[in-house]
Parts: sequence; C-alpha cells; structure tokens
Amino acid sequence: MGTNNTASDFDRRNADWYMDKLVQMLVFIGGISAIVFIVGIFIFITKEGIGFIVNTMDVKEFFLSPYWEPSDEDAPEYGILALIAGTASVTGLALLVSIPFSLGAAIYIGEFATGKVRESLKVLVELLAAIPSVVWGFIGLTIMNPLIIELFDVPVGLNVLNAGIILGLMTAPIMTSIAEDALKAVPDRYREAAEAMGATRWQVIYKVVLPAAKNGLLGAVLLGIGRGFGETMAVLMATGHAVNIPHSIFDSVRALTATIAAELGETAVGSDHYQALFTIGIFLFLITFVINLSADLIVRGIRRG
Amino acid sequence: MFAETALNASNRRVQRLFRILFMLMTGLLVLPVLLILTMLVYKGGSVLSIDFLFTAPTHGMTAGGIFPALLGTVWLVGVALLVSVPIGVAAAIYLSEYAADNWFTRVINLAIINLAGVPSIVHALFGVGAFVIFFGFGTSILAASLTLAIMTLPVVIVATRESLQAVPMAFREACWNMGATRWQTIRRVVLPNAISGILTGIILEVSRTTGETAPIMFTGAVFFTPLLPQSIFDQTMALSLHLFVVATQVPGVPDNLPYGVALVLIAMVLLMNSISIAFRVYLRARKKW
Repeated sequence: MGTNNTASDFDRRNADWYMDKLVQMLVFIGGISAIVFIVGIFIFITKEGIGFIVNTMDVKEFFLSPYWEPSDEDAPEYGILALIAGTASVTGLALLVSIPFSLGAAIYIGEFATGKVRESLKVLVELLAAIPSVVWGFIGLTIMNPLIIELFDVPVGLNVLNAGIILGLMTAPIMTSIAEDALKAVPDRYREAAEAMGATRWQVIYKVVLPAAKNGLLGAVLLGIGRGFGETMAVLMATGHAVNIPHSIFDSVRALTATIAAELGETAVGSDHYQALFTIGIFLFLITFVINLSADLIVRGIRRG
Repeated sequence: MFAETALNASNRRVQRLFRILFMLMTGLLVLPVLLILTMLVYKGGSVLSIDFLFTAPTHGMTAGGIFPALLGTVWLVGVALLVSVPIGVAAAIYLSEYAADNWFTRVINLAIINLAGVPSIVHALFGVGAFVIFFGFGTSILAASLTLAIMTLPVVIVATRESLQAVPMAFREACWNMGATRWQTIRRVVLPNAISGILTGIILEVSRTTGETAPIMFTGAVFFTPLLPQSIFDQTMALSLHLFVVATQVPGVPDNLPYGVALVLIAMVLLMNSISIAFRVYLRARKKW
C-alpha cells in the first residue's frame, strides 16, 4: 500500500472539487458585492449630479449662500448654507439629548442591571430602534407639534426642538446598543481584578470599564451622528420645512436630506434643480463616508491596543 | 470582621447615586416612547377593522382602507428579499468561511458599514440614477425593491456572518478530516447549524424593509394608484409612504385615519422584530455547544 500510487490517485479534481471551486467563486462575488454597491452608489449619484457641479455650481455660493431658491425662473439660487444649518441644529440638539441618555442607559444595562431586567431592557431597546422613521415623523407631526405649541406658547410646533427630540429618541436606542456592545467588549477579568482590589461597582465602571471602552463608545457616538445626519422622513415631517438659519430652537428649519425628499419628485430629469439635488446627495454621501470611516478606525484602534 | 470605614460608606453612597441616575436615564429613554406607542394604539385602534385592512382607499384617500398599500409593501419586501438574501448569505459565507484577515477583507467590512450608514435618501438617489434611469426599469416595483435590497443588505450579511461564526471551528475541522471539501463542509455542517440564526436575520431584514420610506419614494412607490400591482414592472402604493401621504399631503383626512395606518405599520414591524428576538432567545437556550 502506498508504494504504487500514481499521480491520478492524488488528483482530487473530481466533481466535488469543481463544485467547491465554483461555490468559492460565487461567494466571492457575494463578498465583493458590498464594495461594488458602495462604489456604484458613488458613481451613479455623481453621474447625475456632475453636470451641475461642472457647469452651474459656484462653490462659494453653494456652501455659503443661505438662499435655496431653485425654482425661481429668472435667477435660481442654489445655496445650501441654511440647509446645512438646519441639519446641524437638529442633529446637534438630538445628540445633546441622546448621547448622555444612551451612554447612561448603556452603562445601566451593561454594568448595573442583571438577569431578567437586563434582558428585557435589551429587548426593549432593540424594539425601539426598529420603529420606522416615517412613524417618528408622524409622531412629531401629530403628538409633539401640539404639545410644543401648548407648553411653550409658540405659534408653530414644527421646529428645531421638535425634530431634535424626535431624532434624539430615534438615535438613542441605536447608540445605546452599540455603546453596550463596546462595554461588553471589555474583558471581565479587568472588572474582576478591580473588584478584587476592593473597588465598588461605580469605581470599576469609572476607573476601569469606561477608559477601556473609550474608543468603542466614541465609535457609537459617531455612528449616532451619522444616523442623525442622514435621517430623512422624520426630519422632513417634524422640522417645519422652512429654509431658514435658526436663531432659536423654536424656529422652523429645513434639512439637507428633507430637501431632496421633498423636491426630487417635482424636478425634470437632467434639469439644474435635479442635478443640484444630486449634488447635495454627493455631499451627504461624502460626509457620512468620512464619519463611518473614522468610527471604524477609532473602534479598530482599541482592538489593536 | 471589618468595620465599615467612612471611605467605604461614601463610596457606597456614590455608587448608589450613580446606579439610580443611570436607571432614571434608562427610564427616561424608554418611557416616553412607550407612552407615545400607547397613544398610537389608543387613537388608531378605533380605525382598525378587517375592512380597513382589506379595502382600497376611497374619497380621495380620506376614507376606506389600506389594502393596495399593504399589498404593495408585501410585493416590495418580497422582491427585495429575493435579491438581498442570496447575495447577503453568499457574502456572509465568504467573509466567515473563506476570507483571510487582511486589508481586502477590511475594505469589504468597511463597505458593508458604509452601505448601512449611507443616508436612505442617498440610496433613493442611487435607485433613481441606476435602476429607474440607467437600467431603464422606470419607476417600478423592480427598481424600488433593488434599491431596498441594496440598502438592507448589511442586515442580512451581519446576521448571517454572526451565526456562521458561532458554529464551532471543531465542527469544520472534523468534517475536513473526513476528506470533505470546503463547500461540502459548509453545506452539510456549517449551514444546518447556522440556519436558524440566518432566518432570524432575514426576519429582521423584512422588518427593516417594511418601514423604509425614502428609498421607495422616487423609485417605484406612488402616492395613489387605483391598480393593484400585477408584475414587478408596475408601480405600487406602499404602507410607509401611505402614512406619509395621508399625514401630510392629503387635505381633509379624518383625524384618526393616519393613526390607524401608523398603527398597522408599527405593528407589522414590531411583530416581526419580536418574532426574530424570540427566535434568538429560544435558540440560545437550546444551544448545545
């Protein structure tokens, strides 16, 4: 045995071998699909928007003019400063609400709560994260709007405050579960070592767990920012949709995303207005890309360290 | 044995303080939402009936039911799944079973994160530029579903990859030692052990796809159409967009009608999420390794 083996005995290229290679190729195509799609997204939105960027756009006006009047027939203006201010004010307020609360909730769920309470809270947070954005927008429109008018005695309840709270409630569950994952990634032996030294639970959290989970938590916050920034339907319905640089939280504003959602249906394919909306899309794509990239780099930093 | 020192006592007080603080924060995060949901149920409950679910809107969408929108959502989600599940599962198999830990895999992972992070309205723009215009599908179920499929692909990939990676390495090694090829191992050992986790991910994706509005607004879903969809090249109504329309675009809608639509939408989404979660809890309890 084993002495008179010929080369063909070792040749494993039978049907199974070919099948294996075929599958390997197919799943590889699946594997690179995400890259293909993300590149495809960039190519196709650039293809539709490039005409405006090359021919019509005045970069300075585009970013620094607060006048967005694309349907003015004589002198259409394409300034997105007010839209940026709208997005920034709403997202900023939302983060003010959601960062402390979701970090607090993550610490409670991850470090204090135990057993059934912990499991139920986790399920609850997951369910809250699943509520569709159009439902949030509807809540802003029908429940928050009259509430704000009543409480603060203002004429319009669709404003920065409304959208900020809605967006905060929306991003908080997502940030909570990512932050909780980051806390969970801290090895238990760190906690045990600290507890063995006589540290209380809070001391363990404050001196050991939080510093160790710092990058993961920062990643969670960044992903929350990205989510808030790109949110469309809720912001469309709850901001009041008025092009305006806000001076108080009771001013109505309009967001970048909402502008695309509201106007794309009315524009003729290939018109300046249509291309300008795609240009906003390119801007949004690049910003979220940078945010996601930095979140990934920061979270990775922790793993290597 | 050890008397409690003043320091111990103060430490304990600080700990109790923070515990309560964080508990309150968790409560403040969760309670308003529960209140709002209760309000939706309270206001929308009066509209709900079998008729509401199975008749078409009438009188310029100010009366009647939501059947065309409901059916449209089923079409959109169904077609989207047909596309995203095979691609997503293949991608997850590649990442879990074949990919080496190198820069290329990192780029793939980054692309997945970005695909999930790109704003939904940018996905909509992509859908318009690519499927509606470039590939010439027009505003159709096909274009909208492809847009949805690409947008929710990360959900399938991440869930499937996790359940594949949860299958112990020893299972694979045992199989390879019997002379099985990689694919035989995946098909006979890895996938059967991971299938329920994959299903959980798919249910989650159904839930996500059901609620999305922005990506379908310009790619295939319309405000109103008297026709039910007959093929993937038709336009359709969709439940999520219908909520937007009756809440903002149609004058004279009775107060509680949009609440009913919102309630149906949220019930569908939360029901599927709950099934997915229950399934996961059950699987974890049953797990043998």
